[in-house]
Amino acid sequence: MHIVICIKQVPDSAQIRVHPVTNTIMRQGVPTIINPYDLFALEEALKLRDVHGGEVTVLTMGPPMAEDSLRKALGYGADRAVLLTDRYFAGSDTLATSFALSQAIAKIGETFGRPDIVFTGKQTIDGDTAQVGPGIAKRLDLSQLTYVAKIASIDLKTREIEVARRAEGGTQLLKSRLPCLITMLEDTNEIRRGSLQQALCAARSQVVKWTAADAGIDDLTRCGLRGSPTVVKRVFAPTARAESAAQIDTAEKCLQDIADELIANILTRRPALEHELAFNSGT
Amino acid sequence: MSTASQATPRLAPGRSGVKKELPDRFKDYRHVWVFLELERGNVHPVSFELLGEGRKLADKLEVQLAGVVLGPPGEMVEDAVAEAFAYGADLVYIVDAPPLADYRNEPFAKALTDLVNTHKPEILLLGATTLGRDLAGSVATTLQTGLTADCTELDVDSDGSLAATRPTFGGSLLCTIYTLNYRPQMATVRPRVMPMPQRVDKPVGRVMRHKLSLVEDDIVTKVLGFLPDNQSAMANLAYADVVVAGGLGLGAAENLQLVKKLARAIGAEHGCSRPLVQKGWMPADRQIGQTGKTIRPKLYIAAGISGAIQHRVGVEGADLIVAINTDPNAPIFEFAHLGIVTDAIRFLPALTEAFTRRLSPHSRDKLAS
Repeated sequence: MHIVICIKQVPDSAQIRVHPVTNTIMRQGVPTIINPYDLFALEEALKLRDVHGGEVTVLTMGPPMAEDSLRKALGYGADRAVLLTDRYFAGSDTLATSFALSQAIAKIGETFGRPDIVFTGKQTIDGDTAQVGPGIAKRLDLSQLTYVAKIASIDLKTREIEVARRAEGGTQLLKSRLPCLITMLEDTNEIRRGSLQQALCAARSQVVKWTAADAGIDDLTRCGLRGSPTVVKRVFAPTARAESAAQIDTAEKCLQDIADELIANILTRRPALEHELAFNSGT
Repeated sequence: MSTASQATPRLAPGRSGVKKELPDRFKDYRHVWVFLELERGNVHPVSFELLGEGRKLADKLEVQLAGVVLGPPGEMVEDAVAEAFAYGADLVYIVDAPPLADYRNEPFAKALTDLVNTHKPEILLLGATTLGRDLAGSVATTLQTGLTADCTELDVDSDGSLAATRPTFGGSLLCTIYTLNYRPQMATVRPRVMPMPQRVDKPVGRVMRHKLSLVEDDIVTKVLGFLPDNQSAMANLAYADVVVAGGLGLGAAENLQLVKKLARAIGAEHGCSRPLVQKGWMPADRQIGQTGKTIRPKLYIAAGISGAIQHRVGVEGADLIVAINTDPNAPIFEFAHLGIVTDAIRFLPALTEAFTRRLSPHSRDKLAS
C-alpha cells in the first residue's frame, strides 16, 4: 500500500506575538513546527503501513526551509519525503495550493507508485480553513472522507475502506473505495517517537526536491498569486471597545467581598440573570 | 516565499492592488444564496443566522436572497423550505432525491455545483460546520472560485464586491478578503457568529425544483450508520445562556476543576481556550474561539484567559463578559464588560461560594425564615 501524506510547516502559533505599537505580527525568532493536526494523520499513515505493508511518502509545499519538517517526518518513520518548492508558488491561497499539491501527488504516483490513500490533517493552525484536503480530493477525483476519527477497516483486495467520521451531532459511519483522501481529526493518535536508527536514517536520506516544472506543472497561471482567486485586501487589528472593562477594585478586600461585589455588578447590569442563575442552580 | 493559506497577513507584492476585472462570463451572476443544512430532520440554526446575514447583503446589492435545500423527497425538505421563507428568503432552490437523505460529499457537491452553474449566484454562503466545510471546499474547487473560511464579518463594498473578514495568523489580527475576478464569491461562517434573525411567518415564496444528475449507483461512498452524541453538554455549549471558561492562567490541568465547579453551581456550561485543548487538558469539543465553538451567552466568565483575537471572536456576541486575569494589560480587558485583576485560581472558589450563597433557593428560604 502506498500512502501519501501532506504536511505543512507552520509557525508555532502559541509563540507568535503582536507588536504592541504597530500591531504587526512579530515573526522574528518564532519557531516552526509541523502542523499539529498533520501529526495525527502521519501516525495513522505509519500505523496502516505497519499493518498492511507498503510505503509512506510525505509531501510538503513551502520554502526550502520546510525541508526541516520533512526530515522530522522521516525521523518518525516515513519512507520518503518530497519538497515542492518554487517561487511560482508564493502567495498561493487554498485553491492554488490544492492545485500544486494535487499535481505533485499525481507526479509522485507516476514516479513511486499510485497512492491508495492521501492523508492531510483536518486543517492547519495558521490558515484554519480545512479547504486544501477537499481541494486535492476533487482535483484527483478521490473519494473524500473528512474529519475522520477512526479508520475501522481497509480491505486491499476489494479496495474498500470503512471509517468513522465526525459530523454535526454525532459520528457517521461510511464505507467508501480506495483511492481516497482522508483528513484526520485530532485526538485520534499519540504520535510515536522515532527510533534512533530512524533519526540517523532521516539525517542521511535524500529529500526529493521538485520545482513546479519537476512536478509536471505546465500552467503557472494556476499557481501562486496568479492562481489565487482570493485577494487579501486589508490586515488590521480589532478595534478596542470605546469603554474598557469596568474594573472591580481588589485592594484591601477579602476575596469573598470581591466576589459579592462582582455578583452585585453582574445582576445590576443584567437583572434578568438572577432568575436564570437561581433557576439553574441546584438542578 | 509564502505558501501560506489565504489568511496570510503578509501582503504579497501587488496583491492588495489587484483590480476588479470581472470577466464577461461572470457578469450575469446575481443574487445571494444561503445553503440550508439539514441535520436529522431539522435545519441547523447556522443556516438561519446566515439567512439573516444574507438578507442584509441582498438588500445592499438590491438583489434577491435565495435558500438552497438539498435532501430526500418529503416532509423534511418542505419544512426546511417554509423555514427559509420565514427567515427571509425570497425564493428557494430545491434538489430532492433519495441519495440526498444523508450527507455525502459526492451527491451534495454535484447538486450544489449544478445549481450554481445553472442559476449563477454572485454570493454563496455556507455554515462552517463539518458538513459545510466539507461541501464548500469541493464546490469551490470544482467552480475554480475563491472561498473564505470562518468569516466573522461580511459586507458589500461600494463596487458590490463581497468583503469577507476573518481572523488571521495566530489569531492576532483580522484580514478582509475579496474574490474579485471569479464567481460566485463563497464564504463560510461558524454557528453563533451572526445573530439569529427574527422569524416571520409569511406566505410561501417562489420555489425552483431541480433534479439530481446522479443516481445511487454512481455514488462510491455509502452511509453505514450514524451514532448520535450522548445528549451531553458538549453539543449545547454554543447555545448555552451562561458559560464559564478557563485559560492558560489556570496554570495546571487540575485547576480546571475550579471552572467546572463554578459552572455547576450556576447551571452554566464550561469551556476553555485553545491552548488547553492543545495541551490535552480539555477535549476539543469544549474549545471556545475561532476554531472551536462560537458562543453567544447572556453571561460569559473568562478565568485566566488573556483574550487573543482567536478567542475574542468566539465570545464577542456575549451580552456580558466578565474577565478574571492577573495581567492588567491582558487584551481580554479590551472587550470584557467587567474585569477583575486577580488570580483566578484563588478567586474562583470564592466566586463559586458567593454565587451558591446568593442563588441557592434553599439558603434563600432559610434567610427569609
